[in-house]
Amino acid sequence: MSDPAPLTTDRPGQVASATPPAPGRSRHLSDRWLAVVFISPALLLLLAMSVFPLLWALYLSFTDYSATRGGPANFVWFGNYTAILASAQVHLRALTTLIYVVGAVALQTVLGFSIAYLISRRTHGRGLLTTLFLVPMMLSPVVVGLFWRFMLDAQFGVINSMLGSLGLGQVEWLTRQQTALFSLIVVDTWQWTPFIMLIALAGLTAVPKYLYEAASIDRASEWFRFRTITLPLVWPLLLIAVLFRAIEAFRLFDLVYILTSGGPGVSTETLSFHVYKVAFLGFNTGTASAYGILMVLIVMVLTQLYLRYLNKLKED
Amino acid sequence: MAVSVDEAVATGPAPDRTRSARRRGGLGRTVLEVALLAVLAVVMLFPVLWMIETSIKENRDVYAIPAKFFDFKVTLDHFKDVFVASGGGRSALSVSFLNSVLVAGVSTVLATVLGVPAAWAYSRFSVKAKKDQLFFILSTRFMPPVVVVIPIFLMYRQVGLIDSKLGLILIYAAFNVPFTIWMMKGFVDEVPAEYEDAAMLDGYTRLQAFWRFTLPLLLPGIAATAVFALIFSWNEFVFAIFLTSSDGVRTAPPAIAGLIGGTTVDWGLVAAASLVFALPVLIFAYLVRKHLVAGVTLGAVRR
Repeated sequence: MSDPAPLTTDRPGQVASATPPAPGRSRHLSDRWLAVVFISPALLLLLAMSVFPLLWALYLSFTDYSATRGGPANFVWFGNYTAILASAQVHLRALTTLIYVVGAVALQTVLGFSIAYLISRRTHGRGLLTTLFLVPMMLSPVVVGLFWRFMLDAQFGVINSMLGSLGLGQVEWLTRQQTALFSLIVVDTWQWTPFIMLIALAGLTAVPKYLYEAASIDRASEWFRFRTITLPLVWPLLLIAVLFRAIEAFRLFDLVYILTSGGPGVSTETLSFHVYKVAFLGFNTGTASAYGILMVLIVMVLTQLYLRYLNKLKED
Repeated sequence: MAVSVDEAVATGPAPDRTRSARRRGGLGRTVLEVALLAVLAVVMLFPVLWMIETSIKENRDVYAIPAKFFDFKVTLDHFKDVFVASGGGRSALSVSFLNSVLVAGVSTVLATVLGVPAAWAYSRFSVKAKKDQLFFILSTRFMPPVVVVIPIFLMYRQVGLIDSKLGLILIYAAFNVPFTIWMMKGFVDEVPAEYEDAAMLDGYTRLQAFWRFTLPLLLPGIAATAVFALIFSWNEFVFAIFLTSSDGVRTAPPAIAGLIGGTTVDWGLVAAASLVFALPVLIFAYLVRKHLVAGVTLGAVRR
């Protein structure tokens, strides 16, 4: 460790002569054994903290167990699952989640890609611009939620204040059914547009310059260049970013919790938030587990999709 | 190309005029683009600026209607309140910041110590069903935290880890190990395996070759990866709010969120606490800006 890195890597022989290694010991640590020793601690932690809990949730999902009532868990088999899938409440949350995910991700993609495109056309100040745009993404959802809850406050929020000075009416952003979900989408878009921007920018800067030069020699129109060079080359990467965001948006909990707590009424209750209510306010642990397992299934499908595209991208 | 012919025909008759027109159009377009970027930048940064303003305003200016943008008295009282309790002594918030430092720090060290060797092994050796293992590892990271926290809650209640820093450290480490492995595998792949082979020809064991030759080269990558893990743990909220409750254990995110629980909300204090909380993240993120793309996609996309 104390050896300077370049020296040791350029001429391993020198160091070897300085500290004569003991030949023969290598037989004890075969590569195979070393791989097991190096990998298994990490896998064990994952098994204990991710896989085992999920299996436990799977078991609970077939029972009527309640975390507060205690007592033995009775098997109800698929009772929880049928109850959830048939519940109109759950359907409503699924719809809310769908609107939220599609709305937020679509908005972020359009905005993020546009910003990335505008930045990629600049030659000066690109680094500074990118850094500035990235600030929202690095903030904790708690901070973001609180920032916006204050700004969107109906009474003394700065947004309404600005609307007022423009002569426009006041809007109850977070306390009306119609606007609350929209506000949630806006806040999520504010935080995650930089994410799409960052990935799109990586794709845009990776497009080889000679393609554009060849196109401009051919006097291809701007739109033609965009459609036939830029978009096809950036699209795979952009798709990864979109899928990644979709998974994250589907799991979203903290922003809802801080910003609206699911209200007013249940207008901003996403599936995640509903699971939380069933589990920690209703204490129907069995039902909540089944609910959660169903969500995990959806996430798994999305993740598979994501990983498949990722694989394709890597192989190209 | 068909289109280039069309264009050539269309612009053919008056080349001079179109060229100057195009240049003028180009300039107008550049101005438009810069203006658009400026507007977007202002919109994106306004909430942050507003929070900074709010944190240094006196309370009556915070609640002023219409909102005061420039004309207010500057005070640092809110920042003082973040660290010092009203009766003197240490505030609950500052305790939560210390807890955050401890929990995020230790869990990052744990994730790094477990993840880096695993990443190296995955990169260098032919492990059975390697691709499946790696995808399984990454997919654990995508589980909805609200779902995972239900069984974790019951598990922790059984073994007495509820409302303990150790419990949070363990779950954050598990949360960061998939990221560390994926991110570090990229860095290990970039170090030629030949270095180790050469060292082994000189009589070193594989382990010594890793420790003495590869690991020093990986240090910058390890640092970047650890910084991201640190940011993830530092910002994490869902596990923190469900698995901890007492002031002595709580980390900063639930503590700051707790500030808006009462009937009246001291937004100046919320703003100041949020800023104190966010500042280290922004500094760290700036330090690892070269690796941001890989970092925010959990090491999956590398450019």
